[in-house]
Amino acid sequence: MNEFKGAVHTSIPHDSGHKHVSGSAEYIDDIPEPAGMLHLYFGLSEVANGSITEIKLEAVAEAKGVVAVLTAADIPGVNDVSPTGRDDEPVFSEGKIEFYGQPIFAVLAQTRDEARSAAKLAEITYDKQTPVIDVKSAMEADYPHVTEPLTLKYGDAKSALSKAEHNIKGEMEIGGQDHFYLEGHIAMVIPGEDDDVLVYSSTQHPSEVQHMVAHVLDVPSNAVTVNIRRMGGGFGGKETQSNAFAVVAALAAKKYGRAVKIRPDRDDDMIATGKRHDFLAQYEVGFDENGVISALDAVLAARCGYSSDLSGPVTDRALFHVDNCYFLPNVKLQSRPMKTNTVSNTAFRGFGGPQGMIAGERVIEEIAYALGKDPLEIRKANFYDDVARCVTPYHQIVEDNIIHRLVDELEQSADYQKRREEILKFNQSSKIIKRGIALTPVKFGISFTATWYNQASALLHVYRDGSIQINHGGTEMGQGLNTKVAQIVADGFGVDMSRIKITATNTSKVPNTSATAASSGTDLNAMAALDAVEQIKQRLTDFAKAVIGNANDQIEFFGNEVHIGQHKISFADLVNRAYMARIHLSATGFYKTPKIHWDREKGTGRPFFYFSYGASVSEVAIDTLTGEYQVDRVDILHDVGKSLNPAIDKGQVEGGFIQGMGWLTTEELWWDNDGRLRTHAPSTYKIPLASDRPLVFNVTLAEWSQNKERTIRRSKAVGEPPFMLAMSVLEALSMAVASVADYKTCPKLDTPATPERILKAVERMRNQVSNG
Amino acid sequence: MILKSRTEIRFVLNDKKISLNNVGADKTLLDFLRLEKNLTGTKEGCAEGDCGACTVLVGKLIAGKLRYMAINACIRFIGSLDNCHVVSVEHLTGKGGALHPIQQAMVTNHGSQCGFCTPGFVMSLYGLFLSNPNPDVFEIEKALQGNLCRCTGYEPIINAALEVAASNAMNEDALLAPSEITDILQGWNDGSRVETDSFSIPANLDDFADLLQQKPDATIIAGSTDVGLWVTKHFHDIAPAIFIAHLDELAEISVTPEGVVLGACLPYTTAFEAVTKTFPALSNFWNRIGGEQVRNMGTIGGNIANGSPIGDLPPAFIALDAKLTLRKGNETRDLPLEDFFIAYGKQNLQPGEFVQSLFVPALQDGEKFEVYKISKRRDEDISALCGAFKISLDGEGKVETCRIAFGGMAATPLRASSVEQALLGSEWNEATIENALASFENDYTPLGDWRASAEYRMNVAKNLLRRFYLETTGEVAQLSRSHPTHMEGVA
Repeated sequence: MNEFKGAVHTSIPHDSGHKHVSGSAEYIDDIPEPAGMLHLYFGLSEVANGSITEIKLEAVAEAKGVVAVLTAADIPGVNDVSPTGRDDEPVFSEGKIEFYGQPIFAVLAQTRDEARSAAKLAEITYDKQTPVIDVKSAMEADYPHVTEPLTLKYGDAKSALSKAEHNIKGEMEIGGQDHFYLEGHIAMVIPGEDDDVLVYSSTQHPSEVQHMVAHVLDVPSNAVTVNIRRMGGGFGGKETQSNAFAVVAALAAKKYGRAVKIRPDRDDDMIATGKRHDFLAQYEVGFDENGVISALDAVLAARCGYSSDLSGPVTDRALFHVDNCYFLPNVKLQSRPMKTNTVSNTAFRGFGGPQGMIAGERVIEEIAYALGKDPLEIRKANFYDDVARCVTPYHQIVEDNIIHRLVDELEQSADYQKRREEILKFNQSSKIIKRGIALTPVKFGISFTATWYNQASALLHVYRDGSIQINHGGTEMGQGLNTKVAQIVADGFGVDMSRIKITATNTSKVPNTSATAASSGTDLNAMAALDAVEQIKQRLTDFAKAVIGNANDQIEFFGNEVHIGQHKISFADLVNRAYMARIHLSATGFYKTPKIHWDREKGTGRPFFYFSYGASVSEVAIDTLTGEYQVDRVDILHDVGKSLNPAIDKGQVEGGFIQGMGWLTTEELWWDNDGRLRTHAPSTYKIPLASDRPLVFNVTLAEWSQNKERTIRRSKAVGEPPFMLAMSVLEALSMAVASVADYKTCPKLDTPATPERILKAVERMRNQVSNG
Repeated sequence: MILKSRTEIRFVLNDKKISLNNVGADKTLLDFLRLEKNLTGTKEGCAEGDCGACTVLVGKLIAGKLRYMAINACIRFIGSLDNCHVVSVEHLTGKGGALHPIQQAMVTNHGSQCGFCTPGFVMSLYGLFLSNPNPDVFEIEKALQGNLCRCTGYEPIINAALEVAASNAMNEDALLAPSEITDILQGWNDGSRVETDSFSIPANLDDFADLLQQKPDATIIAGSTDVGLWVTKHFHDIAPAIFIAHLDELAEISVTPEGVVLGACLPYTTAFEAVTKTFPALSNFWNRIGGEQVRNMGTIGGNIANGSPIGDLPPAFIALDAKLTLRKGNETRDLPLEDFFIAYGKQNLQPGEFVQSLFVPALQDGEKFEVYKISKRRDEDISALCGAFKISLDGEGKVETCRIAFGGMAATPLRASSVEQALLGSEWNEATIENALASFENDYTPLGDWRASAEYRMNVAKNLLRRFYLETTGEVAQLSRSHPTHMEGVA
């Protein structure tokens, strides 16, 4: 029997790996440019709040190489790219300015350099108002919500708080984060006949780009084709933020009958597109002497920016994750999606979950320091169990809880207790350098909370030579989705991976796609692909039984062959014979996630099909003179169910962890008083480097785990959950800081915990000690 | 002397000779590769030399041998490539598409996810392996300080590099073997000045001095790690420009018992050995200047001449009492480095004058010297502040000499004169240090910005004096990644 390569549950390298390393993987800016292509660039506002009193664009129009200047007046359809249809996100400002860097016009020129420098020549005067930049100021200024808040309630928080043995009130500031995908936003549009446009867009959501282009150009969706082979990273930053670029390029392409490309410079990309939401979490917790929580009341307010974008579902998901792994018998959680005069914040890996969860973990820390216990003890005392303490604040029962086993195993394998003892000892004698260690768990809900998004389609063609083409609605941004889907198809047909070709995501092949987001790419699209595989296999099976074997034969697709009872035929031969017998060798597959439902008004339902779990131990050292720190060792045990591809999943865990570490440590978004983002390029915005990763980095997948639900080969989603494993870094830093005051006070580290924030916290601890 | 002159620049790109006439001063190598040569494997991630997606190798003849360095193509001007060999990622893949061992290791170790940063990582590793076939994990990290990856978390990339390091895969690499490229470059070395509409490439140092006299407003471009951004981010017209990085006479190093003389055009990388041999305290610090590509491009003279208050070198070299040699035409003059910085954006430099070299006196017996850089991220970051300390004690343990200088605390790199006064003549002990701290307030009124608040800068400046003192007493008072002393001795 032939071996075949491509089976699921094996570590197959990324299907584009050899192209990545040789520079031959094609990104949109690498596509050979059509003859006569023009370049477009946005002109951005230079105030954060106010209105335009005068605008002179003559100098722009007359600049070298400029072909045209486009404004809102050039839009034939609707001047809006709001993804939720709220009509609050104009493509071009029509006079009102709501953030620094808001697009006002676009300039079309022969070259990108010409367009880019001409955009700087606009003379615009503004009636300038004081901008409201952060969450606190927005609440103080009584700024509106950009979308309806959510309340989750279980039990009676108010009365339980009044009866609690201990109560703590506090608040935490949680910073935002720029996606810093290495490939910035880009779109290239080629006009076609009639209303047609072909849009190359670096997007996680081709169908939404299609819809937006149609909406703005006032043409039906069937005139717009969106194509994306791969992105150079997305992380949520290309779920909705690609819209504006694609739309203006399409507008210019249609109006001037030329191919048009738009690619903002890194600085403009960072200034003009949304980021992870900053949050202010205010909480009151009631607990007993063992640290068992009896009640939690918390308000999570977010910097949403000037428009709603995805802030509704983001702030919802924040509330869904405050509980993390802990049972809250009486709880009230409220979201406050605050409007601010900043760029409209958007999706980012975790989608509000990390912010909610880290607020929840702060509550645990508060309890631990108040009781003088190891926070891990408090965590364990509050874990969900399988009996009575298993209802979430949104009334979903946690049915697949494996956190006890995960944490126990990690505690052992990382030698947590012994190392903690050593660190406590070290801190007693070390004067300047202090160390910290922490173990934090993760439970993350899988499914889009917008229930209708939980569907996917795929298109499968088998050709006469036995080669196979699969297309699905998901997009490849580096996460290995195409590799996993190809594995499923190869496995289904029992053929080599090399026979499978996955082509670019294209709205004319698979329509009405959902965003590749919410970690759902594989769960949805691999299932849809499998459905298509099963259909064709059924046709081939019926054919083989009828023509080669008989009705009672066992049929097996294996090793590039098909076994029909005693007969054996190569896959390609069977396919060709089926074709000659006029068997249809193409199929569309479809999948929708079962069991889920969600009533937002009532705040109850089953928004999540299942949960993914994980836990991490981080060990850090800080310098109490400067606030500098380093992460020395990290141990992770993470649950991906039965992994489709352990190497790819491990890559997601490691990468997610480091990205989460960046969010909590060095990545600082800093706006000045005028509302200008001043950390808008890698020179000022610092994501982790190779030399920031822990020198000891033990990452293990929980091999014993299987999804209890019938997901694709019992695997679990992996994109977002590992991001939150980085919470243990923050808490280890916190422990190191707390050592200065003998662990008697919760350091209340806000994030990002830059050296400056660490030093400030150390100084607070020192003052605590000297004030007795 | 009458010099030969030509108008075209010549270099080898991968395996092709390139000759360009009338290329603009502001034309970047990245745009040339992508837009004119369709070599799209080299990516633009930031256009400011901070992400490494555009990393390529540039080979230069040094003493008759080709030496390659990884650089950022986004801020490297074409005009600086005369007589060089440019190697882009497309050159690595062998005939028939066979992957280079570095590329293969990246694939098998799952070192790419989205793949956009990957060619840059491959090229940085290639640059490393050409000079060091068996690097350890810290050398690999150092070589990758200038490369950002947002997907992998770096672990598989490091593993790929370690796998190559453990093999003999690089032994027979094409770029290590003598090649016709060497002959081509040698043949081109005609001693000509290059003169175009927008820039000049002087034939030698005297020619540069003459040219600058004629064009005192010219933009002098050495490593272009700063001027590159004037073009890519600020749309400045840099013409007329004079490229000087190729001038061997400005890249001289001389180490004597008196000290080190460093030519202004020495890249950090090239100067590393001489500098750290004389001043071991500078070795960790030196490797925290920019990333590897920036250290390969950026020059010592450029870091000083641009007058930045947060340049990495001035605080250390002011504390060491370094002297500059400035040249104008045939005249030279010496100037203490600290007197070079007059005010923000204003240096002690005449029209037509340039920084020729720097002399750093060696430490005297008994002198202690340290420099501390504080930044949000340890590597490849710009200082929030940077403090340098040099002291000596007399026979009674009292402070005899003392020079302290800071960057990031004022509009220029500046000495802490009051602090120095407070220390001089006092016993070197904790009380003296605590006593001297208040003097920082006399010396500095730092500003707050996105790198740090004014308060943090002031507090840490004081604490760095504490750190310096504690270290002289043998206390562990800073972290070390490669030698985490805080983790030693723990049972």
